[in-house]
Amino acid sequence: MRRTLFDSLANPILTEPLAKEQTDEIAALAGKLDAAARARLGRSLSIRQVDAGSCNGCELEINALANAFYDLERFGLRFVASPRHADVLLVTGPVTKNMREALLRAYEATPSPKWVVAAGGCACDGGYFAASYACIGGVEKAIPVDLRIPGCPPTPTALLNGLVALLTARPAAQSKQQSARDDRKIKSIT
Amino acid sequence: MPSLEKATAQGRRIEAHRPWPRVMVDDALWQALASRLSDGRSSLLGLWGEASAVHMALYDDRNKSVVVATRDCPSGRYPSVARFHPPALRLERALRDLCGLTPVGLPDARGWLDHGRWGVTAPLGAAPAQSEQATATYSFLPAEGDGLHQIAVGPIHAGIIEPGHFRFTANGETIVRLEERLGYAHKGTEALMTGRTLAEAARLAGRVSGDSTVAYAYAFSRAVEAATGIAPPARAVWLRGLMAELERLANHLGDIGAICNDASFALMQANCAILRERVLRAASRCFGHRLMMDRIVPGGVTADLAPSGAEALRELIGAVEKAFPRLVDLYDNTASLQDRTVGAGRVGAALARQYAAGGYVGRASGRDFDARRDLAYPPYDALTFETPTLEDGDVDARVWIRIREVEQSLSLLVAILDQLPPGAVATPVPSEAGEGMALVEGFRGDVLVWLRLDGSGRIARCHLRDPSWMQWPLLEAAIEGNIVADFPLCNKSFNCAYSGCDL
Ligand code: SF4
Repeated sequence: MRRTLFDSLANPILTEPLAKEQTDEIAALAGKLDAAARARLGRSLSIRQVDAGSCNGCELEINALANAFYDLERFGLRFVASPRHADVLLVTGPVTKNMREALLRAYEATPSPKWVVAAGGCACDGGYFAASYACIGGVEKAIPVDLRIPGCPPTPTALLNGLVALLTARPAAQSKQQSARDDRKIKSIT
Repeated sequence: MPSLEKATAQGRRIEAHRPWPRVMVDDALWQALASRLSDGRSSLLGLWGEASAVHMALYDDRNKSVVVATRDCPSGRYPSVARFHPPALRLERALRDLCGLTPVGLPDARGWLDHGRWGVTAPLGAAPAQSEQATATYSFLPAEGDGLHQIAVGPIHAGIIEPGHFRFTANGETIVRLEERLGYAHKGTEALMTGRTLAEAARLAGRVSGDSTVAYAYAFSRAVEAATGIAPPARAVWLRGLMAELERLANHLGDIGAICNDASFALMQANCAILRERVLRAASRCFGHRLMMDRIVPGGVTADLAPSGAEALRELIGAVEKAFPRLVDLYDNTASLQDRTVGAGRVGAALARQYAAGGYVGRASGRDFDARRDLAYPPYDALTFETPTLEDGDVDARVWIRIREVEQSLSLLVAILDQLPPGAVATPVPSEAGEGMALVEGFRGDVLVWLRLDGSGRIARCHLRDPSWMQWPLLEAAIEGNIVADFPLCNKSFNCAYSGCDL
């Protein structure tokens, strides 16, 4: 074990600077985050990942964020086990009807201010499963979505860019603040 | 003792079905086959339905033969197989939910995939009916005794994993019973495939379980090729093998790290995750997608190896061959880690055989089956490799099977690169009617795809059976008597597919 540990000291650092990928979504996000919320969050985000019926391809790439090449914790991003500890719900999958209630409950258990990121083509609009009897066709049909990260699955770089954008988005002008967004009603759990 | 073929010889054979025979059977023969399964003469490969027929695929270990038996169900009823052979239980519950056929005598009346939320019943049946949303309560099996308590986990789990519900009954720390409830990731994939073009259906097949996207696309394509009687060009065949071994390598490396991480040994996880990332990057350089999604299609492959691909792979093989033996030593020589993995989550050989469990779950418990070898398909029929097996059936054995398979995959990659033939990578697929079936060895075990083509280049019915159907029930058995805190470790060592089984 010592040899493996010493080797990791001697070897060059694998962690790479983040290759910037600015999508329209990310640019638009800057306008949505209000100053008060940003002040409260500081420079860290706790993320609760919810698989709402994905094929698990998206999970593989989200898991890759923790490896030495992407090392998401250096950005102040971390995954938490409970929605009650989370600022962000990172949702994958087309939202199957069998998972809808669980997703709604996770959303309601997440304290405000909170953001929802839809990761992957399925989460964005249902993807290949949009027409199914068993899916509602995207996260937006269940809860409000703040950021979409397309891709099937999105690469770790695309995921990181999206999540980092939540941290670095510049505060919006006063008039654009959406202070009421937390009060948005979601469809009741049935 | 008659062979499987002899036993089914009296049934009417369906000529359109390839490569293995499909025969129409009556009740007597259907039940005779069910008892073949229950007394261990044959293994159950799959059981699935259509609007008014059920199909059962059987495998004989001795002469390595496969037969599909079909029983017409004009009345919507057929004799339950699970009544004689428990491994068929969840398959029959799913079949009833999807096709609306009643397995007479099935010892479990509860739904499996249908949680009462689809707004429709029997979506693949003869007459799908609208249904009111019913949040029927699901009654878990009882466990009775002094001092028992229940722990409910899921469908959302603490980590970044797929959704499913686990109901533990424990006495203090010791688990008395685990019952799984799945179906949360059900996406209606088989219904979506019906009526689609081959290209559309191939993309859906590659999204049944993302970590096995190559294996699924491979099995789907081979089933189409069997049905239409075509063979892809030689180069495509070998590139498929290359992708399949890369997928196996990436998943096994990820699993070995993740299992150790669940025993709180993060060093192994950190190092294995680096190797896994290197595999995905090489795959992206070779084929333009990290998971190689949509690269295998009926008729061949969509992407030839990139010009720098062979070099990228040789670099990768070198890097893994250098780093991996050190990690194996680390695993082998860390007593505190072995203390967690040895003896935990044991599956007996008899159970693995009864359930015909494939992949590392079966092999760690002595079941010596590998579709690449026993139902050999190209390019594996021209390659030499070993299928490791062990007898212990514990978490440790499942880790060792993966370690040995990583080594085998590395040598297979070298052999494939050395022999990669030149030429085209795809051939057109004719729009012919027919039925085809294929088994492909994915990293978890054998993936089965069965389909019928309608003659206009579209899917009439396609069924995809994940290897985890035969592994999930064994996890329930493996965990009995272990402590609650060891469940994540045992579960990770199985790494069963959720989406793959939920479809
Ligand atoms: S977006 Fe693609 S990878 Fe992600 S869950 Fe959907 S099908 Fe799978």
